[in-house]
Amino acid sequence: MATHAAHHDDHDHKPGFVDRWFFGTNHKDIGTLYLLFSLLMFFIGGSMALIIRAELFIPGMQIVNPEFFNQMTTVHALVMIFGAVMPAFVGLGNWMIPLMIGAPDMALPRMNNWSFWILPFAFLMLLSTLFMDGGGPAGGWTLYPPLSLQGGNSMPFVIFAIHMMGISSIMGAINIIATILNLRAPGMDLLKMPVFVWTWLITAFLLIAVMPVLAGAVTMLLTDKFFLTSFFNAAGGGDPVMYQHIFWFFGHPEVYIMILPAFGVVSEIIPTFARKPLFGYQAMVYATASIAFLSFIVWAHHMFTVGMPLGGELFFMYATMLIAIPTGVKVFNWVSTMWKGSMTFETPMLFALGFVVMFTIGGFSGLMLAIVPADFQYHDTYFVVAHFHYVLVTGAVFSIMAAAYYWLPKWTGVMYSETLGKWHFWLSTFFVNLLFFPQHFLGLAGMPRRIPDYNIAFSDFNMWSSIGGFGFGLSQLLFAWIVIKSARGHGPRATAQVWEGAKGLEWTVPSPAPHHTFTTPPVIDDRVLAHGDVTH
Amino acid sequence: MTPRRVLAALAILALTAVQAQANPEPWQLNMSPGVTETSRMVYDIHMLILWICVVIGVLVFGAMGYAILKFRKSKGAVPAKWSHNTTAEIIWTVIPVLILVGMAWPATNTLIHMADTDDAELTVKITGYQWLWRYEYVGTDVNFVSKLDRDSDRTRMLGSGLNPADVRTGDQNTYLLNVDNPLVLPTGTKVRFVITANDVIHAWWVPVLGWKQDAIPGFINEAWTRIDTPGTYRGQCAELCGKDHGFMPIVVEAVPREQFDAWLAQKDAEAKAAATAANVPATGDALAVVQ
Repeated sequence: MATHAAHHDDHDHKPGFVDRWFFGTNHKDIGTLYLLFSLLMFFIGGSMALIIRAELFIPGMQIVNPEFFNQMTTVHALVMIFGAVMPAFVGLGNWMIPLMIGAPDMALPRMNNWSFWILPFAFLMLLSTLFMDGGGPAGGWTLYPPLSLQGGNSMPFVIFAIHMMGISSIMGAINIIATILNLRAPGMDLLKMPVFVWTWLITAFLLIAVMPVLAGAVTMLLTDKFFLTSFFNAAGGGDPVMYQHIFWFFGHPEVYIMILPAFGVVSEIIPTFARKPLFGYQAMVYATASIAFLSFIVWAHHMFTVGMPLGGELFFMYATMLIAIPTGVKVFNWVSTMWKGSMTFETPMLFALGFVVMFTIGGFSGLMLAIVPADFQYHDTYFVVAHFHYVLVTGAVFSIMAAAYYWLPKWTGVMYSETLGKWHFWLSTFFVNLLFFPQHFLGLAGMPRRIPDYNIAFSDFNMWSSIGGFGFGLSQLLFAWIVIKSARGHGPRATAQVWEGAKGLEWTVPSPAPHHTFTTPPVIDDRVLAHGDVTH
Repeated sequence: MTPRRVLAALAILALTAVQAQANPEPWQLNMSPGVTETSRMVYDIHMLILWICVVIGVLVFGAMGYAILKFRKSKGAVPAKWSHNTTAEIIWTVIPVLILVGMAWPATNTLIHMADTDDAELTVKITGYQWLWRYEYVGTDVNFVSKLDRDSDRTRMLGSGLNPADVRTGDQNTYLLNVDNPLVLPTGTKVRFVITANDVIHAWWVPVLGWKQDAIPGFINEAWTRIDTPGTYRGQCAELCGKDHGFMPIVVEAVPREQFDAWLAQKDAEAKAAATAANVPATGDALAVVQ
């Protein structure tokens, strides 16, 4: 391998298929691999969601038994969080951060290859547990003990898979920090960087801070199960609630790991299609940093019902409510960016606008969940399911789609079909709301989450939700079709600029972006940075 | 319809809505105000924050919609150059802070109210098991388990061929929301619950009481209620606890105080008789009593 790589340092060399896609270190190729992997996982995790929605279509047990239903809810979440959303953002970061800051590649290219190639093996192992004796993990993605310790043989495989995902994420984060701090072209000051780069820089620090915490928590689960420790076993002097504290110390920053890069994407797209500089660039950066800081001191709002003392409940309620302030600043800034702009509504802009509206709805229900007495009612019901799917699907996933359409012409060199893209947006938006909005009603009416069957009173909205689920899932086939068509080079040629209002270094290189870009640092013209806004 | 008749119809609708809201109803859109002072306080906070969110939503999405309609290139909009407005930024940072304080105030008061378990007249110990509940009336020998009723249990089997709509109690569908032995509680009495679990974590939740509380092995959690009106109130386990998590409902039978006292005294006597009989050296008679 070492000698092999040494022979391929020559930039003009055209590597073969295996060399390029398996042993390659090019940030664009690795970004592509991440994005394709994420798309695959999106469909696998989505299929599991459809099994869940099919069982919940009408009351009574028709398709799967409760054991398998619990495996589906558990693995769906693990696949979507660690396999679809996080790798998608790492893929976008890999492709775009070097292009946006004028760097020739990521700072640590070989490690980059490794951080990607860990993932397929991690997920192969995770998914293989579904075929093992006793089935896959069924205790929920949070793996709360003692329930998770009751699982069968899948447990050590799942924990090892989580360790691998964690190593991959930490290496990816180190790489992104090293790239942003060391490889910026001369003149690309920190406060002139695109907001997407900023949000990724902050996200990378969150990743480094919390992935080891998750690794520690699941390792303690492992030793509790196999090595006779009692970290979380009350009978042995342990504390099941301690696991929840440790898990959510990871889990809450994890939420922002999945949404901060989404904020960055939307902050790139809205100014481009409003043809107006981003409103309050510095406020955006500071709001992102504030959210990241607050994310470390709000974890126990996921566990208001465990029986914390009054003072603890009040502290975590107030701290959580504070997050509404910087998040509000972001939403107001996006709307102000549109104000007195000159807007057009290509597919990326549609997804970005959909993001702003529907993420805000998820933010509202999040604020409601922060209010402890009300949370005593909402907690662990479908209201929570509706909340986190609004922020994760119409939030994070919509921003990933927006980013894909926005940069697809830069990646492939051809324009995708705008008609199909718009169909994809409107179908997705209609069905995703049919899927998740009625779940608010179900939760308020008293339907707990993670149940495979329910009373007749909940049947109508569950049926709506299932129809929405299948509609949303099938609409994504259109997305796969559009991406494959573009990747195969079908469509009108894209210009280097691609979008009339686009500003930033990535639009100064040809489309498709050549295999190697910025091998000599570009000369930075302040007018192309931060969407023309360098007056701050 | 005349305005008066419309009003009368609305009043009837409102009344039936409140009546019907004791348990989940088809097409139910909102949280139930419940049957305790606490649940009504929780409902009021829920409605307060809901309306605040609706108003903010209308303002933000309204501004966004206006911008989308007005400032579009196809209408010849020319982009402005500005990207700052310090006054606006200060306003939309300070106003949300004030709104949050307005929400936190009633939330804090309600939370303090809910945390006060002092001066309870009756204590019930609740223990969660996979997948049933045990109820113990502290200070008496009354102690029983409560699990999913047989009708629901038969119907919920994969491929049972039975229709969930046929599982009824009176005129109500009680599929998955009925038990063999309900928890009987007195109305108008402060009841304190001590809640724990024996195997994995469960959560005890009856929506019309206004709260849920985790049942955790090795922990004793506390909660309390004072039910205003007699009735049958249904709920479910709310924390994933294994394969039959969806099949361990909770039913509270709230009865007037005198009726409850009589019930408890009778159950206590039965339990004490059974215990005494069990301690007598095994004879045919004693076994008959245990039966």
